[in-house]
Amino acid sequence: MSPDLPKSDVSSGLNFKETELTLGLPGEIGRGTSSLIQIPGSSSAKLTGTKRGFSQAAMDLNLGRSFSVEHDDSACEQSESENEDLSVAKPPSAKAQILGWPPVRAFRKNVITKSCHLVKVAMDGAPYLRKVDLEMYNSYQQLLSALEEMLISCSTIPTHPTRNYLDEKKLMDPASGVEYVPIYEDKDGDLMLVGDVPWKMFVESCKRLRLIKISEAIGPDPRTPQQSASCTS
Amino acid sequence: MNYFPDEVLEHVFDFLTSHRDRNAVSLVCSLWYRVERFSRQRVFIGNCYAISPEKLIKRFPGLKSLTLKGKHHFADFNLVPYDWGGYVQPWIEALAKSRIGLEELRLKRMVVSDESLELLSRSFANFKALVLVSCEGFTTDGLAAIAANCRFLRELDLQENEIDDHSGHWLSCFPDSCTSLTSLNFACLKGEINSASLERLVARSPNLRSLRLNRSVPLETLQKILVQAPLLVDLGTGSYVHDPDSETYNKLKTTILTCKSIRNLSGFLEVDPRCLPAIFPICLNLTYLNLSYAAGIHGSELIKLIRRCAKLQRLWILDCIGDKGLEVVASTCNELQELRVFPSDPLGIGHDAVTEYGLVAISIGCPKLHSLLYFCQQMTNAALITVARNCPNFIRFRLCILDPTKPDAVTMQPLDDGFGAIVQSCKFLRRLSLTGLLTDQVFRYIGMYAEQLEMLSVAFAGNSDKGMLYVLNGCKKLRKLEIMDCPFGNGALLSDAGKYETMRSLWMSSCEITLSGCKTLAKMMPRLNVEIINEHDQMEICPEDDGQRVGKLYLYRTLVGPRKDAPEFVWNL
Repeated sequence: MSPDLPKSDVSSGLNFKETELTLGLPGEIGRGTSSLIQIPGSSSAKLTGTKRGFSQAAMDLNLGRSFSVEHDDSACEQSESENEDLSVAKPPSAKAQILGWPPVRAFRKNVITKSCHLVKVAMDGAPYLRKVDLEMYNSYQQLLSALEEMLISCSTIPTHPTRNYLDEKKLMDPASGVEYVPIYEDKDGDLMLVGDVPWKMFVESCKRLRLIKISEAIGPDPRTPQQSASCTS
Repeated sequence: MNYFPDEVLEHVFDFLTSHRDRNAVSLVCSLWYRVERFSRQRVFIGNCYAISPEKLIKRFPGLKSLTLKGKHHFADFNLVPYDWGGYVQPWIEALAKSRIGLEELRLKRMVVSDESLELLSRSFANFKALVLVSCEGFTTDGLAAIAANCRFLRELDLQENEIDDHSGHWLSCFPDSCTSLTSLNFACLKGEINSASLERLVARSPNLRSLRLNRSVPLETLQKILVQAPLLVDLGTGSYVHDPDSETYNKLKTTILTCKSIRNLSGFLEVDPRCLPAIFPICLNLTYLNLSYAAGIHGSELIKLIRRCAKLQRLWILDCIGDKGLEVVASTCNELQELRVFPSDPLGIGHDAVTEYGLVAISIGCPKLHSLLYFCQQMTNAALITVARNCPNFIRFRLCILDPTKPDAVTMQPLDDGFGAIVQSCKFLRRLSLTGLLTDQVFRYIGMYAEQLEMLSVAFAGNSDKGMLYVLNGCKKLRKLEIMDCPFGNGALLSDAGKYETMRSLWMSSCEITLSGCKTLAKMMPRLNVEIINEHDQMEICPEDDGQRVGKLYLYRTLVGPRKDAPEFVWNL
């Protein structure tokens, strides 16, 4: 009767999404599962004879990230990328999954928790990666400005992401003249050019970002950026 | 007083605005009861299952304004199943059939259908105000009916409802002849609305004083609306995102300078912090600022904004403001009366959370503080004792440590003494929420000192039945008690059954009470509805096993017996 979850599902995050909405006790519909009830006559180790206790309840209710199961898929998918970060930290994230805790209105939780979508950003030639929260931005322009600020080495000349006649988005390091094209890896694992789809759709499907040098992006001639740009389609 | 004609009594009663005063007056004698009931226009019903619509209508034929509350508070946190109840339909049907000239309806945590809204819109010619808070079950089609049919509508206020959005056309349903709007709040709607319709509506509403937009309304539209409504007092922005170098943004900056009446500001669900300077000129006038949904405004920008808001009385903010930010609030907002700090990361580890330092700073800088909701990372007894000393005027004190059983962060002791200091010092305290490592001792303090306490919320606290007993015996004015995950059992539940008739309700979930205890209580107290919410198979398989623990108990006093609309997973004992 108790939700018998293999712990491996929780920690690896595999197929978590598929099972997220369906795990639970029979008869549950709509919002929220109820608290645990002791199995009569049983001395099951999981459901002990005392009140459920905080960490006990946390472990037993490790059902998934979202509290209210009827919200749209984007909320679940949003939290997918967070899973990699949080699934390793057991006690804090386990605590977060107690039903009814923290006592924040579901409406508010849904509005606020949507706003954290961290993705890795790799830049060719940089020795380490960075992370950005896509939810902090409302447009490609904002994102690219932030990436420029974050990644392109200290420059006192303010730059703006350039857009050529094909409305591609590029970043440029004014110090070296090197241009970068932002690409991203989507949910299917494909490498895509940033900017083709509406912003919100991009945020939902983007798994990681990469800034690649123009020469690698387009073709063999790195010294004639205009020519390279016009070759891009 | 018996020699005064009824009209004089009625005139005197007119000066009584609070429900409690009017309720008290009606108990004096049958003459006063009669005069009071015929002259009563506003009725507040804290639990829609405590009374029936028919009884209400019979007693107050002059009813114009009705407030109804449905589900229990813990429904906010997903502890009450979706179809538990709280339907407004029977109320609207009954009122529609009667001769009541309903003008205002305010609902909280109720299930409202499009059918209900349609019926409402057609049944009361003088209907003026609809306020829905945390309700669900309806779509924008229902709103369209209200817009189209309520010819004298003044107020449509939707706060944090779950509304199925079929998109923008409902706004266009306000007829051209509708010019009476004073307040329109659709911030919780998720879909698009027609900007042109909105602009036209605002243009023909000269009395509009409160307008809260949803996140789909772009900045251009905001600017155009503000041109039409310079007398706005309460503004909730839509999407506050634009290129700060654009003409639109510059126009907005100029327009806002004319909005000298704005005192309340909220919204910012979508925000580009570079556009915030446009609102700087009105900051000094603000008395209420709600940035609790503005996750896009971070640390330093937040502080820059708050530094300009010296007259704030109510501030709702996210904990990403940090302790440092709260210090700025403390030094800037000396008129502050209400502070709410929400967690910006409710599911996570809370990197940005605030601590006891922020709270102490606030208590020093804001001596007028009387209402607090504070989600924090940690707390200490010393801090609470300091806060209690600095702010003896608390009416509402709700502390929520994100890890609910965390002890004093410095001494590792329970937080009993800290909360004890609060209840001892704050003699007018009416509402209290506790978290942290807490023993029976904190309840002893509460029972001893919290004489005005009306509502107590407890989770993961106490050691034994004594805890609950201290509260039930000590807090004479207790009306609502809600308990989750505490070791209170049948002994506590049954110790003073009569007490529950003096209260609105009791909620206990994941405690130690059993079916047997609840059945006993139900038998003893026929004027209570003792409901068990049972969503598991267990209880159905062994309904006779009185020894099993009860997952969720919700009991409330009522004049109308067990409700007839309870779903099968709710057992009325």
